[in-house]
Amino acid sequence: MSDINQLEELATQIRRDIVRMVHSVSSGHPGGSLGCTDYFTALYGEILRYDPSNFTMNGENEDLFFLSNGHISPVWYATLARHNYFPVSELATFRKIDSRLQGHPTTAEHLPGVRMASGSLGQGLSVAIGAALAKKMNGDNSIVYSLHGDGELQEGQIWEAAMSAPHHKVDNLIATVDYNNRQIDGNVSDVLSLGDLRAKWEAFGWLVLEMNGNIIADVLSGLKRAKALCGKGQPVIILMKTEMGAGVDFMMGTHKWHGVAPNDEQLARALEQLPETIGDY
Amino acid sequence: MSLNDFNPTEKKDTRSGFGDALFELGKQDKRVVGLCADLIGSLKMNAFAEAFPERFIQAGVAEANMIGMAAGLTIGGKIPFTGTFANFSTGRVYDQIRQSVAYSQKNVKICASHAGLTLGEDGATHQILEDIGLMRMLPNMTVINPCDYHQTYNATMAIKDWEGPVYLRFGRPSWPMFSGKDRPFEIGKAWKISAGSDVSIIATGHMVWFAILAAKELEKQGISCDVINIHTIKPLDEEAVLESVAKTRCVVTAEEHNKHGGLGDAVAQVLAMNLPTPQEYVAVNDKFGESGKPTDLLKKYGLDVSDIVAAAKRAVERK
Repeated sequence: MSDINQLEELATQIRRDIVRMVHSVSSGHPGGSLGCTDYFTALYGEILRYDPSNFTMNGENEDLFFLSNGHISPVWYATLARHNYFPVSELATFRKIDSRLQGHPTTAEHLPGVRMASGSLGQGLSVAIGAALAKKMNGDNSIVYSLHGDGELQEGQIWEAAMSAPHHKVDNLIATVDYNNRQIDGNVSDVLSLGDLRAKWEAFGWLVLEMNGNIIADVLSGLKRAKALCGKGQPVIILMKTEMGAGVDFMMGTHKWHGVAPNDEQLARALEQLPETIGDY
Repeated sequence: MSLNDFNPTEKKDTRSGFGDALFELGKQDKRVVGLCADLIGSLKMNAFAEAFPERFIQAGVAEANMIGMAAGLTIGGKIPFTGTFANFSTGRVYDQIRQSVAYSQKNVKICASHAGLTLGEDGATHQILEDIGLMRMLPNMTVINPCDYHQTYNATMAIKDWEGPVYLRFGRPSWPMFSGKDRPFEIGKAWKISAGSDVSIIATGHMVWFAILAAKELEKQGISCDVINIHTIKPLDEEAVLESVAKTRCVVTAEEHNKHGGLGDAVAQVLAMNLPTPQEYVAVNDKFGESGKPTDLLKKYGLDVSDIVAAAKRAVERK
């Protein structure tokens, strides 16, 4: 399949897509999207088993992905488009009237690749557990993946879900936390600290892995290690260290680009750092 | 049928109608999955849970996660039926239902027992009187509040094949069985119980039995009643409402719910748009409930048979 260089080129193109999409509509969430670009690139580039030409809601015998922190929709949309779920030209409609690319992902517009609305935080892990349980009931051996923000872990429903997956032996689920320590109002550790996250998930009965979410090779090996842990009676969670705004120097090192769009000048500076690789939409 | 034909001798709780039907559905369709938040006995889900352990999920006291898991189960072709009290089925998990079920158009059946005042002694914390309003405000949501054991059984059977989110509301008390085992149940189609000309009495849930008793009393006093059972509050059978009111020109609505947001408002909206008509509400007057015997509570909060009779007379006078 793809080698690392190809994946890196794709990641650069997706980062260009993200900043252009958000700039075009002067709204959206570039920070977390850029931070998670390498994860999405690795996941859809080499890990997930899926068929974009025949998208079905049930995704029988396919791996499923749920984005729980729906505000980083730009990176998901760009990834889906770059993997032929829909035309890349549609990225230009992001957040505009009559678009299938809503500010936060939705099934209401029947966008291929999306199986659940998300945006109101904390709900995706429960949904992923339900989908994973359905797969087990159906004798379907594929895997369910989910992504969550670290700020999102402040939602109580996450911990209900955290309790339930090990109890029900959901061992076909790989959740990942975008562990960038940033949220809208500042550092997660200042807003409402998560404490010892590894110890918390382990205490709930999860197998916990860590990886660097901004090194594609590390993401690939992390996801592969996670896959190898499936089927052992426990759910798997990966604490993925990322840098919010990764790939655009002035968006890094701060929480301020969580939900702010670049202006024309900032867009130009961002694109200088992200050379066009596959071709702009 | 005439009102005099309704003389039920047997009583049963509506929640047993749900539990019995769910067990039957479990036998008929392997896609049916049951989920319960630590209230298996109260929801009468024992038979299903025991017969189909591989399709039953004990969610624990974690209702938000239960709703989310149910939404996820539909992705994989399951038809999940969640069970808990009405309070925890709606208000507690409103945003989960809104985003993961209704907006996401997931085929989840939210089955809620112990709705309204007739939950009784547990008091106001558990006696939700706002749930119909909460659920009917959600786009894509179907809202059903059956009136007795058989109607709850038949409604439970019917929602399995109804594509999309459903809120099914039932209750705790033993209640007269008057609708009949074999009465066809069609979602969104009112049951026209008796034909009359002076006043329409439109009722849902437990209050349908009281509407029949009130109509019997009113007929004795020379007031002829058109009694209609709206079991499906959304989508509302507007045609049945308008047809009745065109004839009677006044209406009483009766429900075990706050006067805000429930059946009364659903009927008022149709009438305001199509056929402005004097309407009297028999509903809880924007209050929380309290502990007590169901019958005492219904009396105290203005939901007794005599309240329907009085409301009907007021409605007739306003014509």
